Amino acid sequence: MSTEPDVAVIGGGVVGGAIALGLARNGAKVAILDEGDTAFRASRGNFALVWVQSKGFGMPDYALWSRRSAESWHELAASLTGETGIDVAHSQPGGFMLCLSQEELDKRVDAMRRLHNSRPLTDFPYEVLDHAETKRRLPAIGKDVVGSLYSPLDGHVNSLKLFRALREATVRRGVDYRPNSPAENIVPKDGGFAITGPWGELRTGKVVLCAGLGNARLAPMVGLDAPVKPSKGQIVVTEKTEPFLHNPMVTVRQTDEGGVMIGDSQEDRGFDTVVGQPILSTMAERAVKMFPRLAGLNVVRTWSALRVMSPDGFPIYDQSETHPGAFVVTCHSGVTLAANHALTLAPAILAGTLPESVASFTARRFHVPAHS
Amino acid sequence: MTPIASIEQLAESYDLLVVGAGPAGLSAAARAAELGLSVLLADENPAPGGQIYRAVTTTPVKNRAILGEDYWRGADIVARFERSQATYAPRCTVWSIGPDETAPGTFELGLSLDGKARIIGARQVILATGAQERPFPIPGWTLPGVMTAGAAQIALKSAGAIPSGRTVVAGCGPLLYLLAGQLAAAGCQIAAVLDTTPSANWSKALGAIPDFLRSPYLAKGLKLMLAARRKLRFVSGVTGLTATGEGKLATVQFEQGGRTGTIACETLLVHQGVIPSVNFSNAAGCAHDFDGEQHAWVPRVDAWFASTVPGIAIAGDGAGIGGAESAALRGEIAAVGAASQLGKLNETERDRQAAPIRAELEKKLRGRRFLDLLYKPAPQFLAPPRDETIVCRCEEVTAGQVRDAASRLGVTGPNQMKAFLRCGMGPCQGRLCGPTVVELIAETRGTTPAETGYYRLRPPIKPVTLAELAALPQTEASVKAVVR
Amino acid sequence: MFRPIADLAARGELSFTFDGRPLTARAGDTVAAALLVNGITACRETPVSDTPRAPYCLMGVCFDCLIVIDGIGNRQGCLVPLAEGMRIETQHGRRHLTEAAE
Repeated sequence: MSTEPDVAVIGGGVVGGAIALGLARNGAKVAILDEGDTAFRASRGNFALVWVQSKGFGMPDYALWSRRSAESWHELAASLTGETGIDVAHSQPGGFMLCLSQEELDKRVDAMRRLHNSRPLTDFPYEVLDHAETKRRLPAIGKDVVGSLYSPLDGHVNSLKLFRALREATVRRGVDYRPNSPAENIVPKDGGFAITGPWGELRTGKVVLCAGLGNARLAPMVGLDAPVKPSKGQIVVTEKTEPFLHNPMVTVRQTDEGGVMIGDSQEDRGFDTVVGQPILSTMAERAVKMFPRLAGLNVVRTWSALRVMSPDGFPIYDQSETHPGAFVVTCHSGVTLAANHALTLAPAILAGTLPESVASFTARRFHVPAHS
Repeated sequence: MTPIASIEQLAESYDLLVVGAGPAGLSAAARAAELGLSVLLADENPAPGGQIYRAVTTTPVKNRAILGEDYWRGADIVARFERSQATYAPRCTVWSIGPDETAPGTFELGLSLDGKARIIGARQVILATGAQERPFPIPGWTLPGVMTAGAAQIALKSAGAIPSGRTVVAGCGPLLYLLAGQLAAAGCQIAAVLDTTPSANWSKALGAIPDFLRSPYLAKGLKLMLAARRKLRFVSGVTGLTATGEGKLATVQFEQGGRTGTIACETLLVHQGVIPSVNFSNAAGCAHDFDGEQHAWVPRVDAWFASTVPGIAIAGDGAGIGGAESAALRGEIAAVGAASQLGKLNETERDRQAAPIRAELEKKLRGRRFLDLLYKPAPQFLAPPRDETIVCRCEEVTAGQVRDAASRLGVTGPNQMKAFLRCGMGPCQGRLCGPTVVELIAETRGTTPAETGYYRLRPPIKPVTLAELAALPQTEASVKAVVR
Repeated sequence: MFRPIADLAARGELSFTFDGRPLTARAGDTVAAALLVNGITACRETPVSDTPRAPYCLMGVCFDCLIVIDGIGNRQGCLVPLAEGMRIETQHGRRHLTEAAE
């Protein structure tokens, strides 16, 4: 009678949690190996969007994958509430991308048209709105909002409650969650794998790498490639205020708790997570232009976090040919894709083959041949 | 001294920016100015003195005996500062500090006065934000009517006001007896002093007694204690406390020697020592260690009170609890160190100036260890045993929730706890919950506060509005990073 | 809850209102102190559970003394000096936004 898990998930964030939950729901015995309290955790530093609009430029499959996840999110949310009692405050009221200049709006509209002018994305619903129509739908916008793009497919969630709900659900299903257990080495052993670290060793049948930025180092150990790099983003959070914004904007949203989140920035600064002042000011200025009533709100928190960014920004889903039973799951939209991860990817991983719908996301797309 | 009334009056940059106008900050600013540095002292309060010398220049209390002679010494410290060439910005919060990327090795600080913010440059920074009361999480501590001993002192010093009804004073430490004595002398109706000093601590503190006997604390402390015990109902060996009432405090229950007592009262003043205020030093990136004897997180500083971030020093109780007189001396040493860093003093001159201050400081610190060991709070007052006790006052997270997450959900530290339960996410930024959350995790997981860690804090350390942030300078790079 | 002791230096008296009630306090008092000496037991209800709270630390650390001053909410009463004619109101839960001029 073996005590080793069927599957070891490396990484206990939203990606690892969703995968582990899906595996456990489908009958697998699962262990999660996680780092400690001060790990880089994109799961703690995201904008909590369940977003479809404008995704997939350069890879239509990504738009399809995102839309599918957004639609399955209702099922995920309901099941999490059912299993844990935690309401993750998911809603899909439609989302806006607000533009503060005609140039911005034109650029966005142009990009959206090009994204959606060929199948299979021609049936993705979106609207281009002028100031008046945007104001009709979002009465709180300021005069500097020239117009917006709206998609009914977009939504948001309380991603910290999601993170907790995934932990709660997996723990209740007997998933062996092990903190302070960073994976240092993975070697094939006896038809499965041995994962080792300063904490000891774990033997397992299958291994799924969900370690975010750590995947870059771990993937080659199991014959995979995950060339992800950190992309720094900063967020401003205000004090709780009365509810006034039910739709998410891509850079401003009000949480179910009442605080307003303002983002977002993107910088290549390696693993630096220091909060930079000028970026806060740029974000604050734009947010106040979008919603003038935000001006007097106090900022109670700022943070920066590292997105897990692949070279083209799209996920990497792969299974190893040289080390059968090893998989890698990495993306920078772990919240949006949580539904797909739990409901679609995890069962496929258990069955042993990634589905056709994620064939585009193999890391082989990065391997440009040296000679033709 | 040049007072500042509006933020436009501030210069673009200073040699030295001192944060906090308590004894450490006042002494550091005065010394640095005397040594020829351009100095800005910024403080959020309307008048200088910090907490211990609160309102020393403005107090309406005329009878000097009520506040005691130690308090009035603060006036000399303020007077020296006022004679100096330093610039003073009262009612000015300092809410951020970061490296100035255009001038490596120097800093940019975010300041806010009357609703307007500016970024001010500084080549050296001394954080003198002092100490805060150690949180005292008992069931009912969030009821109106429960306040800290420090709050009562502030009300007395700055407004000449005392609690008007029946008052209970509870906790441990010399400040508790001082307060009880001051309030009683001022006419406050003190129903009881409930002393929670663990009797087991006496044997632990024994080893530190010789130094204590040679220290200034002995005479002072004994006098305070005896005065309090003689006049007031004194209950020692209290092992449990609960505050109850509907919408406001009505009763305090205590456990002592296996029995329960109940006291009807309108005000409960609690105190179990002070701990360094670490929010600023933490957000500035300074390293902190958990000091086992003070049982508190303390920034790591060298002999000049320089932190692990070059250019930032931490003076006064913010660098470890040492009391008001030691705070002033530490401020002076930090100023001498900063002046030397800026080339105003060579090392020989620096050491020569610091030597007598160090000798004085050593005397002032003698005996503190005994107090630290004797008045270390009992475990049940650090990690509240009853699950329903609120731990995070801002987000109303309970001890039971923290324990559950630490055990069942595998949460090993306060940052993950914050993500799961929201403790530390309120406006106080963990000042009143951080120590308790750490204790609860450590207790639940069978480890120590040192191993558990603390919240990782970021600016703003004090509230600043979006409008203020929006009006601050942006760069081409920042716009590019945001507008994409 | 608090009362001034005897033998205090003379100071001007300031008039202000709390939830519309006219009150007075001494010049130099903070808003929090002015409410305490006027027997006001609670200055706010929490956004999380509408529970009444009052100042706890009086030194800017606890953020329990949050109150509305002249229409601006969530101000720390212990850090704001009382001024003549101030309009002070209970902070009922979350911060209420004022419409900014367009």
